[in-house]
Amino acid sequence: MFSGEQVAALLTDLGVSHVITVPDSTIGRWESAIEHSGSVRLVRVCREGEAWQVAAGLYLGGATPLVMIQCTGLFESGDALRNVLHDWKLPVFSIIGYRSYLDQAKLPGDTCLVFTEPLLDAWQIDYRLITSSSELDVIRAHYIACRDAGRPGAALIGE
Amino acid sequence: MTMSQGENAGSRLALVAALETLRRVRRDDEIIITTMGSAREWMKFGEPHALDFILVPSSMGHGTSIGLGLALARPDHRVVVCSGDGSLLMNLGSLASIVAASVRNLVVLVFDNGVYEVTGQQPTAGAAAARAGGRSADFPGIARACGFESVHRFGDSAAWAERARDVLDAPGPTFVALDVEPVAGGIAPHSPGPARARARAFMAALNR
Repeated sequence: MFSGEQVAALLTDLGVSHVITVPDSTIGRWESAIEHSGSVRLVRVCREGEAWQVAAGLYLGGATPLVMIQCTGLFESGDALRNVLHDWKLPVFSIIGYRSYLDQAKLPGDTCLVFTEPLLDAWQIDYRLITSSSELDVIRAHYIACRDAGRPGAALIGE
Repeated sequence: MTMSQGENAGSRLALVAALETLRRVRRDDEIIITTMGSAREWMKFGEPHALDFILVPSSMGHGTSIGLGLALARPDHRVVVCSGDGSLLMNLGSLASIVAASVRNLVVLVFDNGVYEVTGQQPTAGAAAARAGGRSADFPGIARACGFESVHRFGDSAAWAERARDVLDAPGPTFVALDVEPVAGGIAPHSPGPARARARAFMAALNR
């Protein structure tokens, strides 16, 4: 989809200060470029629920965090993101890998396809589905729109 | 790494006394995050400090993670997280994340009473009462194994009162287990006000 260098450049351009992440086989390949960007700090956590709360602390401290996880981690994140996005109303943006959306050969019948988008709707997270490498600017535009409106949002990356 | 054990190991101190010590030694620029029982008792002390972050409502167990984020964002402030043993068990991985992030300004205080106090004092899975063999989970040992720089345990009010400031001042990340008695009838804390407004006030205080 995108190279690590493309993503790192985008995050740098958007002013993201920290990426809090648990990798998958797509977004994990971006780690090295992000880590070596010089302007974005990578924060590794053990479970995805942690990522939202670390992001909350960073936001409260004046930083500009972004959560980067797979959709399976979104499923794990429920109560943590509920608290951050809806109780405290902190506008944390996320990049979420959408397992099996583009390639269903490895996991035919992957239930990630059943639950990911309805769950984002249930959590009232405004997202853009990204399905081709020409859509980096869609992420950029959506991030800026969410930031300017002070609300959370997500880019859902087809994998 | 520093590993210390307070006097009278095996005894327990009162939660309120442990928090009173923290309040007494707290420096004006230190951020204190309280959750669950510690939040309930902390709020009874009166007007909150501008850098108190009462994590109510919460996602149980995530005080350590919010503390990590704050410590990363604000290395100019020490961040003290008051957690419970039940909360910590829900987010044990955060101890590894804290060490991986190399934050020197984060202190995790775990008030270990062995029970889910606010739901009626059911034993946690880490409590001796719930485990074959009667040995409780070794939280300082877990923190040490995760790589915490300073690890301490106290079960005595006088020892904690005497050493608290030095413990907080040590290079972190720091982990302190405080063996406390459950508070009889301890209920879940009430929110002190709208969360969004409190978040904004806290951010403003940090930027003053």
